[in-house]
Amino acid sequence: MVSVNGASIELVRRGKGQPILFLHPHIGLHGSDALIARLAEHGEVIVPSHPGFGHSDLPKGMSTVDDMSYLYLDLLDELDLREVVVVGASLGGWLAAEIATKTTERIARLVMIGAVGVKLGARDQSDIVDIFATPRSRWEELTFRDVKFWQRDYEALSEDELTVIARNREATALFAWNPYMYNPKLKQRLHRIRVPVLFLWGEADRFAPPDYGRAYSALIPRARFETVSDAGHFPHIEQAERVARRILEEMK
Amino acid sequence: MRIYHFSEQPCPEAWGPENPSLRVNLPSRNCDPRAMAEHYHHRLDEWLLADELGLDIMINEHHATATCATPVAAVPLAILARQTKRARLLTLGYPIANRLDPVRVAEELAMIDVISRGRLEMGFVRGVPYEVPLSQRSAVGQMERFWEAHDLILKAMTSIDGPFDWQGEHFQYRNVNVWPRVYQQPHPPVWITGRSPQNIREIAERGYVLGTFLSGFHTKGLFDQYRKACADLGRAAPAADRFSYLGIVAIAQDAQEAMRRAEQMVGYLRTSGRVAEPFTTPPGYFSLADATKMVKARGKRGITARDGKFVDTHHGAIEDLVKAGIMFVGTPDDVTRQIADFVQSVGGVGHLLLMGHAGYLSHADAMDQITLLAKEVLPRVQRPASSKQAA
Repeated sequence: MVSVNGASIELVRRGKGQPILFLHPHIGLHGSDALIARLAEHGEVIVPSHPGFGHSDLPKGMSTVDDMSYLYLDLLDELDLREVVVVGASLGGWLAAEIATKTTERIARLVMIGAVGVKLGARDQSDIVDIFATPRSRWEELTFRDVKFWQRDYEALSEDELTVIARNREATALFAWNPYMYNPKLKQRLHRIRVPVLFLWGEADRFAPPDYGRAYSALIPRARFETVSDAGHFPHIEQAERVARRILEEMK
Repeated sequence: MRIYHFSEQPCPEAWGPENPSLRVNLPSRNCDPRAMAEHYHHRLDEWLLADELGLDIMINEHHATATCATPVAAVPLAILARQTKRARLLTLGYPIANRLDPVRVAEELAMIDVISRGRLEMGFVRGVPYEVPLSQRSAVGQMERFWEAHDLILKAMTSIDGPFDWQGEHFQYRNVNVWPRVYQQPHPPVWITGRSPQNIREIAERGYVLGTFLSGFHTKGLFDQYRKACADLGRAAPAADRFSYLGIVAIAQDAQEAMRRAEQMVGYLRTSGRVAEPFTTPPGYFSLADATKMVKARGKRGITARDGKFVDTHHGAIEDLVKAGIMFVGTPDDVTRQIADFVQSVGGVGHLLLMGHAGYLSHADAMDQITLLAKEVLPRVQRPASSKQAA
C-alpha cells in the first residue's frame, strides 16, 4: 500500500531497473502475473490497483478516468519515477493516454494494449461491446480467443477474491458507464502525447476490434500499431510471453 | 385505512415464450399500438370508476418493458388530475435517482398537484435493478444521488420567493424557479419505498410514508425498523398512515371465479422478473457484500409464509402466494378477512395499495373487482369488525 494524496493505493513493486508502470484493465489484475514476472526480469515493474479496484481506496469525488489520471501523476511524483515505460491494457490503456496527454515529463514511452478511451465510430452505436448489456458467456466469447484464460471455479475462490471481483465491476461502472468506455474530450488531446507509443492489439479481439485500435493509433503522432496473433482483447493474458518480449525489445 | 387501485398498464400480448426477456431489450415491434390504445383507455376507465366509488388511485412507471407500459407516470396522472373528482392520486413512484432532471420532476408534479386541486401523493422510488441499464447514470452512488434529487425537488417546490441556484455534488442548476406553486402547502405528502435498514431510517427521520411492495409477512420487519427509528429519535410511535403495502387482489362474488381471476392476474408475477441476465445485477446497485455473493451465485427472490414455507415470489402457487401475504384472493368476505389478518399481523397499514388489474385480466373483470372492493371490502376494512358500532 502507498498513500497518494491521502488515498491508500494497493501497489506491488517487483524487480530492478527502468521503471515499468503496469496499468491493469477493467477486470483488474487477473491473469497478469506471467507478464509482470517476465517484465520484472529486466526492469522494476510497478503495479497499482486503480482507485476503487482491488483493495485501493476510492477517493471522494473521483468519478472519471480523467480524475484518476491526476492521481497517477501524483503517484509518479510521490515515487519520484523517471523514464517510465507505461504499459496499459484496455481501461488501463485509456488511463495511460489520459496521463500522457497531461505531461510526459516522467514518461519515456507508452505501450497501449487493446486500449479504449476514445470515440471513433458512428454516434448511434458503441465502438466497444457493452459489458453491462451482454450476457456473461457472450462477453467471454467476444473478449477471449480462448476462454480458459478467464473462466474460474467461483465456488473455489476466497471471500477476498470474490470481493475484489465485485469491486472491480462496480468501479468499472463508476468510471465507464456513460459515455461508455470513453472520454469525449480525450480525442482532441491525443496530439499532446509526444513520446513513442506502441499499440499492441489481439488479432481475435471482438470486444474492441483491431480496426478501432488502428484508428486510435493514427491520432497519436509517434504511434505504431501491431497485432498479436492468437489473442483476443487481453493479449497480455493470452500471449504474455510474446507481449513481454515486444515491450522489452522496445525498451532496448 | 385507504385503498388504492393500481395497475401497471401491461402489454400482455408481448409475454409469449418467444420473448425470453420482457425488460430492457424487448423490441417495441412486439407492441401493437392499437391494442395498447385499448389497454390505456380501459385502465383509465378503471381508475375513473375507482374515483367514483371511493377508492384512491396509484400509478407507477417502468421503462422499456411490456410488463408495465407506463414509462411516464406524469401522463396518466395528468389525465386523472383533470378527470377524477375526489381520489388521492399517488405516484409510487418517480425513479428520481435515474432521472437527469429533478427540477423538471418538480414542475411536472406541481402542475399535477394544482390541476387536481391538491390531491397528489408524491412517491419517490429508487427503482428495480433492471431500470439501471436504461439510466444515463450507473447505480454506483445511486442513493446519495437519490437524496440529493429529493432535496432539490423539495426545495424547488417550497421556494416561493424567486430563483435560487443549486450547486450540488450530482446536480447543478441556475435560476430554479418552479411554477406553478404547489397546491398543498408546504408541499404534497412524500412517500418513499424502502427495504434496507439505512434507507428506512432515513424515511422515518423525515416522517414520510414508507412504501413496501409484495413483501408479504416480511413487511412487519420493515415497519418495525421504521417504528424503531422513531423510538430512537424519541418520537411518538408512528401512526398507521405512515405505512403502506402493495399486494395483488383477485376478488369475485364466488370463490371459484376469484381463483380464475387470480390465475389471469398472476401472469404479472410470472413475467415481471423475466429479464435477460446482464440486467439483473447492475454494479453498484447492491451492497458490496451482496454483490460479492452474487459473483458466486444468483439470488432467488422469495418470502417466507407464516407457516415457515419459502414462497418464490415469481413462481409460487396462488394458495402459497395468499399464505405469504402477497395476494388477497376470494369472495369479498375472504378478501376482507385476509386483509384484516394482514393488517393486524404487520401492526397497522394506513394505505393499502391493491393491484386490481394485472396480467390478462379483462376490463370487465377489473371493473367488477373495483366495484366489489369499493362497495364490499372498503367499508368493512375502514371500520374493523371488532370496533363496529351503529352509525
